[in-house]
Formats: sequence, C-alpha cells, structure tokens
Amino acid sequence: MTVRTIKDTLIIQTVKKLFMDCNYYIGDDIMASLKNAKNNEKSPVGQSVLNQLIQNNEIAGNEDIPICQDTGMAVLFVEYGDKVVIDGEMSFAEAVNEGVRQAYIEGYLRKSVVSDPVFDRINTKDNTPAIIYTDIVSGDKIKFTVSCKGFGSENMSAIKMLTPSAGIEGVKSFILDTVRYAGPNPCPPIIVGVGIGGTFDKAAQLAKKATIRPINIKNPDKRFADLENELLVAINNMGFGPAGLGGNTTALGVNIETYPTHIAGMPVAVNICCHAARHKETVI
Amino acid sequence: MTYKLNLPLKDEDIAMLKAGDNVLLSGELLTGRDAAHKRLFELIQEGKDLPVNIKGQVIYYVGPAPAKKGHAVGPAGPTSSYRMDKYSPALLDLGLKGMIGKGARNKEVVDAMIRNGAVYFVAIGGAAALISRSIKSTEVICYDDLGTEAIHKFIVEDFPAIVVIDKYGNNIYETEFLKYRK
Repeated sequence: MTVRTIKDTLIIQTVKKLFMDCNYYIGDDIMASLKNAKNNEKSPVGQSVLNQLIQNNEIAGNEDIPICQDTGMAVLFVEYGDKVVIDGEMSFAEAVNEGVRQAYIEGYLRKSVVSDPVFDRINTKDNTPAIIYTDIVSGDKIKFTVSCKGFGSENMSAIKMLTPSAGIEGVKSFILDTVRYAGPNPCPPIIVGVGIGGTFDKAAQLAKKATIRPINIKNPDKRFADLENELLVAINNMGFGPAGLGGNTTALGVNIETYPTHIAGMPVAVNICCHAARHKETVI
Repeated sequence: MTYKLNLPLKDEDIAMLKAGDNVLLSGELLTGRDAAHKRLFELIQEGKDLPVNIKGQVIYYVGPAPAKKGHAVGPAGPTSSYRMDKYSPALLDLGLKGMIGKGARNKEVVDAMIRNGAVYFVAIGGAAALISRSIKSTEVICYDDLGTEAIHKFIVEDFPAIVVIDKYGNNIYETEFLKYRK
C-alpha cells in the first residue's frame, strides 16, 4: 500500500462536523430505545419525562441546537492508518484541537473546559484541549469515533482494582453499587459503560469506549452479552426511573468491553453516561 | 397537582407546595452554579455584602449554552445540585427561598430548607432545548468573567419544574423509587 496524503484542513473540517452533529443529533439507537422505553414505562411521571426527552431531541435536531447545555468535553477514539501522512502546517493533534475549537465557537456549543483542574480553573474559552486516544492501525484511512461527554454523569463514574478471588459476583456488585450510588444524579435513563481487565488506565479507557458503542449491539462474547442483559434487568429493578422520579426505566443499556489482564488483577471501571449518550463516527 | 406560580414565590405558595407537585414558574429567576456559589459563599464567610440580593429569590443551577441568533438563550437545562450542597445552607440562611436543579441534596441542605421555609425543585436533566423555550430573556447580574457560570437574571414564562423536596422535608427521591423497586 502506498502512502496517502491527507490535508490538515480535512481533519479540521471532519472533527468540527462530528462535534456539531454529535451535539445536535441524537443517535438512532438512543431515540428508538427512548420510544420503546416510553411504551414500557409503568410510572406516569416516568412516561412524561421520557416524552419530554424525545421532544427535546426532536427540537434540537430540527433547530440545529445542542441536545443539552452541557456540550461536554471532547473525547476522540482515533484509528490512524499507518500509511497516512498529514500535509499542512498542523500536527495531527493541532488539527484535531482546531476542529474542536471551531465546532464549539461556531456551533454555539458551551465552552466547559478549565485550564488547570485545581488552582485557577480558568475557562480555556474554546473547549480545548480534547482527549485524544490514538490507535495506529494498518491502512490509509483515519477513523474518528467521538463523544461529547457531559460531566453530570461522568462524575458518577468509578473504578475499582478488584482481584481475581472477587469473581463474577464481585464484578456485578461493584457495577450495581456504582449505579445505585449515582441514583437520580446522572440524568437517568443512563447508559452504563463497563471496562474490565487491562491495567488501571486501560479499564477506564475501555469503559469510555463502551459508552459509545451503540446500545443495540451486544458484546460478541455470549458470556459478556448475557452479563450485559442481566445487569440491565437488575438496574431497571432498582426503581429510580426516568429523571430519578421513580419507574422501571433506569438504564437503556449496559455495554461491557474487556481486555486481557494480569494474573493478580481484575480491574473494573464503570463510566456512566446520560440518556443522550452522544457519539458520532466517520472515516476519511 | 400542577400550580402556575409567579416569582418571587410567596410564603403561602411555598407552604402549599408538596413534594411531587408540578409547577409552571413565571417571573424572575437568578442563575448560579459551582464557581458563582463558591464566590458568594466566600463573601458570606468573610462577612461581606453579596453583589446580588438573594433574599426571597429562587436560584436555577444552570450554565446555558450560547444563544443562536433569534433565540433568547441557548439550551439551558439543570446541572447536578449536590455540587452546591456545601454552599446552599449559608444562602438559605440569608433568605434564599428556592433552588432548581437535578439530583439529590444532602441532609444539611434539607435541614436548612426546613429551618428557613424553602423549596427544592427539579427540572428534567437533559431536556435543555425544550426548557429553553420557557426562558424569555437573560441578563448578566454579576461575575461576567465566569462566562456561562456568571449569575444571570432569567425572565421565565411557565418554566416547568417538579417539587422534589418541600419545605417540610418530604422528598420524592426517597419515596418514589421504592414503588418500582423489585
């Protein structure tokens, strides 16, 4: 395969469009799931909340305005083909951040990023820097999967370094305890992203990746697919319901991603996502 | 019950509201979230005057998205209230009568609400585009440097909210989920 040149401006335009689309247009999987949930919701208040969320998503899509005022921190999972060379003034990361900057400034998206997390907390005014995870893959294309991650749900996430003796019961307990503790805070019905295995950091990254997998696609390993279904039922039996005001729709989906781990470990990370679970992907 | 209420709230309105009631609020709301609350709290601790009179007011925990041309405000749904728990009792003791946010409050806040006769409303988290239709105008009152986190005055018309904790301490977050728990 020969080397392929991609202009930095194409990267900027692609990233810009992804973040604007991500904020305005709800995913088909989520919209279908919300409508289905409304028909199955037993609580009248819960039905009314789900109805308002569906209406809200329609307004946002029709008017090209954000679904939520928290337009999130920009997260990108990039599969970067090893035959791609960038033509232009900018490095890959600079072009990605420029795309984020333009999306948030020109797209009427809220700027929610502060420079240092502890002392000054000064707003960077353009929502950069983005969080960029890059995998080098073979090929001459770049695949972007992006998420604009709101922090109402991000703050309810947790990680635990379980050890092998905790077993499957330990994994289940930690996930369910995390969701129970979150209760009404993360804008239920939620999407629960779970990362199991790898190292401390890898588990957290897997959990984030799990939140952006469409909720109608199950884990390819039947054992984990069954665990996803079992956890979804258990979470919906908690009763928090839409907006935490009571009901049988507390989660729309549980997505689990795994990775091999060390003989001494079984890290589990739970990344909670609100009902919008905003994500978009494209290949250039 | 659904009540149409004017802001600022009257004491008799607050006395009538029960956890679980729906309200449509019209009038003036103040906005404030993390950074503005921190500043107000520090002024109170130092015994200084606040740059905004909160007595009798309702604060909406929100940081709106920028407004497109022709819109009064961008999407403006509630943010999580628990992050204000550290600061709210001091504001309630100064006469704040209501808070609008989403999610649970701690015991200190509920105690301060009971002590001062205040109410906690919840707006639907994530319904930001829909909610913004009930916000007719916005104006920065103070802390302009905080951008979206500045304290604004919103003029609202039929702003939809739910009483989650009433002035008597009844809390539907603690009771409703039990009806659906299996």
